[in-house]
Amino acid sequence: MAQPNNFGFGEEAALLKDSARKFFEEKMPTNQLHALVAGDPTPERMPESLWDKDIWQQMVDLGWTMVAVPEAAGGIGMPVVAVAGLVEELGRAAFPCPLVPTINCTYVLSACGSAGESALGDIAEGKSASLAITNQQGSWSTTDTDVRFENGKLSGTAWYVQDARKVDNFLVSAQSTTGVSLYWVSCDASGVVIDPDAIIDLSRDQAHVTFTGVEAVELAADGSGALDKAFPAIWTVLAADIVGAAEWLLQTTVDYVSTRKQFEHPLGFFQAVKHPLVDVMVQIDQTKSLVYNAACAIDSEPEKALKYAHMAKASASETAAFSSGRAVQYHGGIGFTWECYVHLYFKRQKHNQMLWGDAAWHRRALAGLLLGPIAA
Amino acid sequence: MSDSAQKDTSEQAEFRSYCRSWLKDNHPGEPPVRLPLTPLEIMTQEQLGYLQAWQKSAYDAGLIGCDYPQEVGGGGRSDCQRVANEEMIAAKTPYLPNVIGMGMAAPTVFYHGQEKVKQELLPRLFSGEDIWCQGFSEPEAGSDLASVQTFAEKKGDKWIINGHKVWTSLAHFAEWMIILLRTDKSHKYDGLSYFVVPIRSALGKGVTVRPLIKITGETGFNEVIFEDLEVDDSFRLDELGKGWQVAMTTLLHERGAGELQTPRSGGLKSKATHATNTANLMELAKQTPKDGKLASDDVLLRDKIMQQVIREEGLRQNQRRLRVPALQDHPMRLPLQNKLLGSEIAQDTAAIAVEIEGASASLYLGDENAPVGGEWPMAYMNSYGMTIAAGTSEIQRNILGERVLGMSKSK
Repeated sequence: MAQPNNFGFGEEAALLKDSARKFFEEKMPTNQLHALVAGDPTPERMPESLWDKDIWQQMVDLGWTMVAVPEAAGGIGMPVVAVAGLVEELGRAAFPCPLVPTINCTYVLSACGSAGESALGDIAEGKSASLAITNQQGSWSTTDTDVRFENGKLSGTAWYVQDARKVDNFLVSAQSTTGVSLYWVSCDASGVVIDPDAIIDLSRDQAHVTFTGVEAVELAADGSGALDKAFPAIWTVLAADIVGAAEWLLQTTVDYVSTRKQFEHPLGFFQAVKHPLVDVMVQIDQTKSLVYNAACAIDSEPEKALKYAHMAKASASETAAFSSGRAVQYHGGIGFTWECYVHLYFKRQKHNQMLWGDAAWHRRALAGLLLGPIAA
Repeated sequence: MSDSAQKDTSEQAEFRSYCRSWLKDNHPGEPPVRLPLTPLEIMTQEQLGYLQAWQKSAYDAGLIGCDYPQEVGGGGRSDCQRVANEEMIAAKTPYLPNVIGMGMAAPTVFYHGQEKVKQELLPRLFSGEDIWCQGFSEPEAGSDLASVQTFAEKKGDKWIINGHKVWTSLAHFAEWMIILLRTDKSHKYDGLSYFVVPIRSALGKGVTVRPLIKITGETGFNEVIFEDLEVDDSFRLDELGKGWQVAMTTLLHERGAGELQTPRSGGLKSKATHATNTANLMELAKQTPKDGKLASDDVLLRDKIMQQVIREEGLRQNQRRLRVPALQDHPMRLPLQNKLLGSEIAQDTAAIAVEIEGASASLYLGDENAPVGGEWPMAYMNSYGMTIAAGTSEIQRNILGERVLGMSKSK
């Protein structure tokens, strides 16, 4: 199957992206975001989940949480390129909400066949969800989980669960008698305890979630297979978030170096500042092109999706690090302070950089695909 | 069917099938000599002859200059050069030798030249019979191009030219040169004018072409000395003092960001032509033993290679995104990155190949034990031509920082 020339990014996708950009600009300008999430700077601050549920409800009402849910399951069934466009704008706003975790669950559930339909129906009705599939070591392998399923009950702890305190459900992976299987668990279910992590990123929350004898019904026997199938989309969507956030960092920094003067010139006059910012732009554009290519491959050339998605997230992780580091550096002293909004995005990007595999992790996997496994 | 074929207009679709069937019967076949990596390194008459014959036959068949009007020797078609290029590349043809002519001189002469000059010069440019070169840089005018000193003095209705141009690729084969000249010493930018001047017919009559030898040992570019060369005023492009604006047309097309698509063929696989890309880099790694194993099994080299693979794919996808306005914030942002990114990726790819070759990277073209015929160290050296010529990478970053990001203009 061939990819369409325009990535399959049609009018509907453009409209969605455009309206998302305006929505976030209007609902959550950066000063408001800072006021919402950055009230307590103390390093030992207690973990909090700070977000605006009313705006989230508006997003649900607009159908954004179900864009990826297939039409057959009651969703909108938009292609991954359209979802990437929406999430790029979410990243540009560093908007705190469980949209990306919910989209991630949607892709995994869609890979579960008919077993995933009922849970997809929940998402189509406006419920949110997050993946609880990572072990304490933070392994990104789909076969690693510290949760077990025995006698119809889940036990153990899932780590690094994203936006755990914002969601309605967890999609849990657990070792069962048949391998790694998947389970759809309500956050309110008896035996579920959410322990919030004290994290650096102010635009998200994260937790480890402990399951103690939680009754659950198996969704998919081959859970790691479903996760493997969904991962290219999960990486690509996160990479889109990184692109949006990086573009905010770039434009904000360009504005700053065009205003701030030293030695009788705006900082951007000096090539020691100008050239690296161009390099940030070049890096963002590489990632952005790779993101829409990967998204398009998932939509229309699935046999190449894995390769292209590894490229997208590897590139995105570099972009996350580079865009955020340069933004703080070229804001100078003010960029090192809590009052300057740059740190919100700096922290989100550092979180994004490692989440679901950093650049080296994805390049290692890509090398395995293109050069074969390393000979013993 | 290729991706783009699905979007053809009826004219393009018809033309595409014509190109395809013509190319099937008229491929020029294996070159009789080793061809350099790009036409700018053509060194011998034999190389040139083979390539000129190819360009002539492609022109006669209507595959070159398709979108120019018929009065100037073009095909009078609409947005069909792109189609011809795609088909010529798909048919794995040799590259076209008159690259500077088609990529820079043709659009500049077309937009700024007098009708008579266009009609006289463009047909033989498209056919490749007249090779063209470009006279911009001078010993004292490199990145600061507007400081050119080569002077044209008006004598009646003639101009008398004196000065010195450098880095002039293909001048030793060229019939014509597009040239940026100073006509007024009191204004830096407004004192520039743009001309077309004869080279080969004027050798010994005011023009001297001397080869410059590159760090690779190859020739291909030259210095050109003008001593009282007399040219007719009709060879002036656009108005007196408008040379800088005309030069922008040239540079825009050189950077692939102009209105008119440049005719392009290529893809010919021959033992002697070795492209600097990651497919060849991976091939090299798979064949090169290093420290008791294959280079492709070394984790650090694998990571370096993958970085290049990703950048190369990113550049390829930039070209694709270029045509999707909804995924761009600024129309010049991607086009102006092409040259910078392409040249730096090629340089880094060649550098990794040299690293993989290790001790054997010391062996050059004349050594029978040199891996891949010594092409990788040569490509690495040649890559500096790419990052310096046509606006150094540093100038490219200035342009991007100023025109796209809007930062303050650097000196």
